[in-house]
Amino acid sequence: MPKTTPFHARLAPLNQTGIWKNWSGYLVASKFQYSVTTEYYAIRNAVSLLDTSPLFKYRFKGPQAIDLLRRCMIRDVQKCKIGRALYTAWCDNGGFVVQDGVIMRVAEDDFWLTSAEPSLRYFRQIARSMGLNGVAIDDVSTQFGILALQGPLSHSVISQVTPDATQLDYFGLTQSKIAECDVVISRTGFTGDLGFEIWVHASDALQVWDAIVEAGAGFNIIPVGTTALKIARVEAGLLLMDVDFQSSRFAWVDEQRETPIELGWAWMLKDLSHDDRDFIGREAIETEIRQASNRWTTVGLEMDWGEFEKVHREAGIPTPKFEHYREETMSIYRRGEKQWDYAGYASSFLFSSLLKKPIAIAKLPPDLTIVGTEVDLEFPVIRKPVTVLARVATMPFYDPDQKTKSLTVGASS
Amino acid sequence: MTNHYDAIVIGGGHNGLVNACYLAKSGMKTLLLEKRHLVGGATITEELLAGFQFTTFSYAVSLLRPDIVDELDLAKHGLMILPMPNTFQPGYGGKYLLLGADKDANYHEIARHSIEDAEGYRELSHLIDRICFAIKPWMDRIPPNSVSQDPADLAEVDEFDRYMKGLDSDVRMLLDKFLTCSAVEILDEYIESDIVKAMIASSGIIGSQISPRDPKTGLVWLFHKLGEYDGVSGDWGFHKNGNGGLTEVLANAFESFGGTIRLNAGVEKVIHSAGQASGVRLLDDAEYSAKIVVSALDPKRTFTQLVDAEDMPSDLMSAISNYKFQGSASKVNFALSGPPSFPALSGRTDIFQGFTNIGPTLKYLDEAWADCQAGRFSRRPFIDCCLQSTVDPAMSPPGKHVLSCFTMYTPYKLKDSDWDSQRGNLGDAVEETLEEFFPGFRKLILHREVVTPVDIERLIGLTEGNIFAGELFGAQLFMNRPAPGWNQYRTPIRGYYQCGSGTHPGGCVTGGPGRLAAKQILGDLRSAKIG
Repeated sequence: MPKTTPFHARLAPLNQTGIWKNWSGYLVASKFQYSVTTEYYAIRNAVSLLDTSPLFKYRFKGPQAIDLLRRCMIRDVQKCKIGRALYTAWCDNGGFVVQDGVIMRVAEDDFWLTSAEPSLRYFRQIARSMGLNGVAIDDVSTQFGILALQGPLSHSVISQVTPDATQLDYFGLTQSKIAECDVVISRTGFTGDLGFEIWVHASDALQVWDAIVEAGAGFNIIPVGTTALKIARVEAGLLLMDVDFQSSRFAWVDEQRETPIELGWAWMLKDLSHDDRDFIGREAIETEIRQASNRWTTVGLEMDWGEFEKVHREAGIPTPKFEHYREETMSIYRRGEKQWDYAGYASSFLFSSLLKKPIAIAKLPPDLTIVGTEVDLEFPVIRKPVTVLARVATMPFYDPDQKTKSLTVGASS
Repeated sequence: MTNHYDAIVIGGGHNGLVNACYLAKSGMKTLLLEKRHLVGGATITEELLAGFQFTTFSYAVSLLRPDIVDELDLAKHGLMILPMPNTFQPGYGGKYLLLGADKDANYHEIARHSIEDAEGYRELSHLIDRICFAIKPWMDRIPPNSVSQDPADLAEVDEFDRYMKGLDSDVRMLLDKFLTCSAVEILDEYIESDIVKAMIASSGIIGSQISPRDPKTGLVWLFHKLGEYDGVSGDWGFHKNGNGGLTEVLANAFESFGGTIRLNAGVEKVIHSAGQASGVRLLDDAEYSAKIVVSALDPKRTFTQLVDAEDMPSDLMSAISNYKFQGSASKVNFALSGPPSFPALSGRTDIFQGFTNIGPTLKYLDEAWADCQAGRFSRRPFIDCCLQSTVDPAMSPPGKHVLSCFTMYTPYKLKDSDWDSQRGNLGDAVEETLEEFFPGFRKLILHREVVTPVDIERLIGLTEGNIFAGELFGAQLFMNRPAPGWNQYRTPIRGYYQCGSGTHPGGCVTGGPGRLAAKQILGDLRSAKIG
């Protein structure tokens, strides 16, 4: 039997669809009501509550925790002050991405990490090989539940249950109490909107849930499933493992692996010249930078609206837009005289209801990555492949001010 | 003359059948001779008690080469391999490990014993999958001849060396360990909990007379991972109506290709003169002539019984006399009035829809081996159980069950005793062991069948009762199976070939020897090397 999260007793009666899916061995809902779009707009226009407890949670504690993390992570965790969170990737020796995740510095020697795949042994093996005795790495996955409170009104809700979230700037975090329960709140999320993530002890989960739901009642707070989250994250330009990339650890060949630069995370490496760390993968990454040998760059794509409409109209069918989200690979071709001149692929495709256009996260060779570059994207219309003009666009596609703006008490966002 | 054929295959085990199928399919008039009253060899199903189907010997399918299924169109002839989704390892004091088809569920199940193991198991499994992927092509081709100085042979050996050197370094490194280390040594790097380690380590001793800590167990373990179920590496299945169902399918295919099967037709000698085979003489003195004669028997019988050893070259004879059979596995099969029950999971029979490993700790396996080393069977044996009726209801009357118990270590040669006097005691030891893990087991027993290595030898002719027709040791595999220079299915006699599990790729119901021998024969006929 799949496991259930600490919030399951509250979530189960709210799932109107009766359908559950398996996320890392836990029951989760793809959607709680039949309209994914309604859940999505709770994220974009009001406030949503998402249970992300199935994520693997690790705690690095001790004076050498920092040494281990500086060795493992491609960003320098030393630069993450107490009370800050840091989004980073970790790589293998070949410079290929093992995973990405958010690491929170809760205290000087206390770091909390979420990851999509099991990683306890991974980090312990590295600590052992470095001979580090001053760091304890523990799997605290079942000790905590995590709630993502996301949406422009999320601050209005959280400020009613704790005063501590208001002071947080983007990627800030604080220890606090909600309904008299100890929590850690970070101003983070996977939606690209204003939002908070709340770590709560499993035994306090329902109490905290109830307090937040009560506080949110006047703001139409609703639970949302993983599909609404996935849609929001495409607009936010956030990559999803096993959709937009694969962990190098369980890949078979390098063609299935990607480097941080290929995934569009060159920004994580921008301080490399002022950084003397010997982190895992550094040598390969430096070679890649020096030789400009990255095979791909991850870009945003916007379909040409007119052409997208036209291929469907000419086929005699309406254009599929409603809740049109796809994780299947779609091929991209160079435009020019040569037919079907393969260039790259899109891995996440979305007709964005908010932006009113079809967008995609794509990988293209470095010469095709300037914003505005035109390519052809292939997809089927009545089962026949067609190509449609698409243009390289900046990501995130949607980046609202409230995501990073300072918060004040009493303000609605 | 009705006694003339293009090809005669001696022995109707699965490899003889596969081989005969390919020859018949190519248009040759082919005769298959089987000593017993049924085809299948060690791959049979017998109704020993009305309504109860027993897989007397082999009992599951994984390594059957996919090429055979495709090329012989076996699905059309009735092939139906049912999935065995679980692996169940009962432990002491209500501890257990129950793995199934979902990787996340397996993660959490192993994490109950060790979180690091849950991850280590994934890592190790992925590496093993990559190793198997890398070496599978060599399962399906005729291995190079390592002795010959012929440029074509040298080129093949060279190709193999280059292929191995070209593997990804992590794959190459772990493969080297599998070739030289014990299962326990390899597991020590990835797994810490005893129950998980014991479950996996037992794969390294299956059918082999070696300690779980013997460096040869790495290869035995890897060998058992080389199969698949619909492409899922290392997974096993259960043929409808047992493994006899599979050989029935092969027999159907053979007859549909125009082949002839003669039962109760034991072969005494292969007839040959001037280095050329010309037919066979049966035990009842009947003779059949053919330019091609193929032995599906094991190497000892192929080279010392069907032909006279003195007609064979000395290098081959010395290799065959050093070739290790030393059968060490028995089968104890039960008809049961109901399903066994594991107290911590009482009421669940689905846990038995796969392999149930009785071997809860490494210490248990060590002690089982200590008995074997002392020349007796394990008093608490490692048992690989299959409650086959939970996979295929046709195996038993409704509500009743058949349980196949593959039992280690039961050495062919017992010290100070013999199997005719120990057979019942082995059955009792298996019963006692099962009673310990499944209280009330004894009361369920309707019928018991004990098949010791001596019985295997007597019934189906596998020397010393070795289920693989010779141990799966590096010195007896690939270019060395059954002997260096004699590993390409030919024999010193033109027209006389070998296709049993004593040739590459070996035992475990791969069918590979039968297929590759046919490939060699048909190639030789085309290039007129014979006849």
